[in-house]
Amino acid sequence: MSSTRRRRPIPLRVLIAKPGLDGHDRGAKVVARALRDAGMEVIYVGLRQTPEEIVDAAIEEDVDLIGLSCLSGAHMALFPRVLKLLRARKITNVPVFAGGIIPDEDARRLKKLGIKAVFGPGTTLERIVTTAREIARKST
Amino acid sequence: MKRIGRLPADARAIVAGDRKALARVISGVENRDETQLGTLRALYSRTGRARVIGITGPLGVGKSSVINDLVKLLRAEGKRVGVVAVDPTSPFSGGSVLGDRIRIERRPDDDGVFMRSMASRGESGGVSAATRDTVRLLDAAGFDVVLVETVGSGQVEVDIRQVASSNVVVVVPQLGDEVQTLKAGLFEIADVFCLNKSDLPGADSAKRDYAELVSLGLTPEGWRPIVVSTSTLTGEGITQLWASIQAHEEFLDRRGVRKERDRLRAQEEIFQLLRDRVARQLEDEVSRAPSFQGEVDRVARREVDPHTAADRLFKKFSMAN
Repeated sequence: MSSTRRRRPIPLRVLIAKPGLDGHDRGAKVVARALRDAGMEVIYVGLRQTPEEIVDAAIEEDVDLIGLSCLSGAHMALFPRVLKLLRARKITNVPVFAGGIIPDEDARRLKKLGIKAVFGPGTTLERIVTTAREIARKST
Repeated sequence: MKRIGRLPADARAIVAGDRKALARVISGVENRDETQLGTLRALYSRTGRARVIGITGPLGVGKSSVINDLVKLLRAEGKRVGVVAVDPTSPFSGGSVLGDRIRIERRPDDDGVFMRSMASRGESGGVSAATRDTVRLLDAAGFDVVLVETVGSGQVEVDIRQVASSNVVVVVPQLGDEVQTLKAGLFEIADVFCLNKSDLPGADSAKRDYAELVSLGLTPEGWRPIVVSTSTLTGEGITQLWASIQAHEEFLDRRGVRKERDRLRAQEEIFQLLRDRVARQLEDEVSRAPSFQGEVDRVARREVDPHTAADRLFKKFSMAN
């Protein structure tokens, strides 16, 4: 079919970052790779990012989505700070999702603060990809 | 300075230093969005001021780390620096992981640096039309130097010549014997060889190999490439690297090469845009022709060879146009 010659759809651009001083990036890498395999352009900045660096990267890279990972327990300090900075820089259309070791109660509070989805251990990659697509679509 | 009032809003914002507008227009240009290509057209007359430096070389030689050191050096000199880093797109999924930002450290409040990661989106030469246009946007936004890092897959990254005025090819010790350096492609486009990781064993003999390579002849423009040893671990050689790039830039001006190059590039870019457009039109029309699917089937069944099928379809196309 001639349709196989058609150009691909415009890929979603996703920033994957680990704020704070946490050394465990295997999960973030697995997610980055799954999003890549789902046809997305993943800007991977990895470990030890400050919230400021994350927001700068989100602006310069003009991403559609931000994924934050934290396994150190500092998520309640770091994730809200990223959300706050995004608001301060008037970035209102870039949804944030999160993953890591995040107790249910914290997940609920994070969602109230504006994190669109929180993925804990055992989440399938399929679910992460589908959810990422959905929240990106809803925010455009 | 040309009058800013007549420009479209996004173009005006870019010239005024609005980073969000710049980032958004880069995306539009990458996606070949007509409106944002219009912004680019409006800004074209404001481009041509930035020095565009290509940084290329095989995977893992330290291109991003060299760029990080160059950015620091240039910022210390007060220059505003744009970085465009191209990484490959998967031919299977269309996705990519762009990981060059990891190496770049900077002050978070420094608006004298703008870095953009870019996927190659199926272009094989390491540089896409969108890369060239992104460089132009950074140029129009007032960045003095734009560093372009290209996909590090080896011997085919020659399209960078169409974009950069000086090309740095980054290599490391023990990449292979000296005969590798004679091969066509990547090593032909170097204005400066950056022998990185010079703290590793084998650095001295590699330096000799590259020194011998550049002693064999001049580039077609009459320049003898410079070999610089660097180590991003120790910081060795970065000042000399920038000095060598500047020496090449001065050579381009002194010998009038730059003007001639700009004309050739303009010609090549126009041809390329025409080719893309004609190819798209040709594919659209031919694939819609009633006889097309039949020809495809006959070639697949080995009843007709592909050259004959293409001849027949092309004849129909050229009669219709």
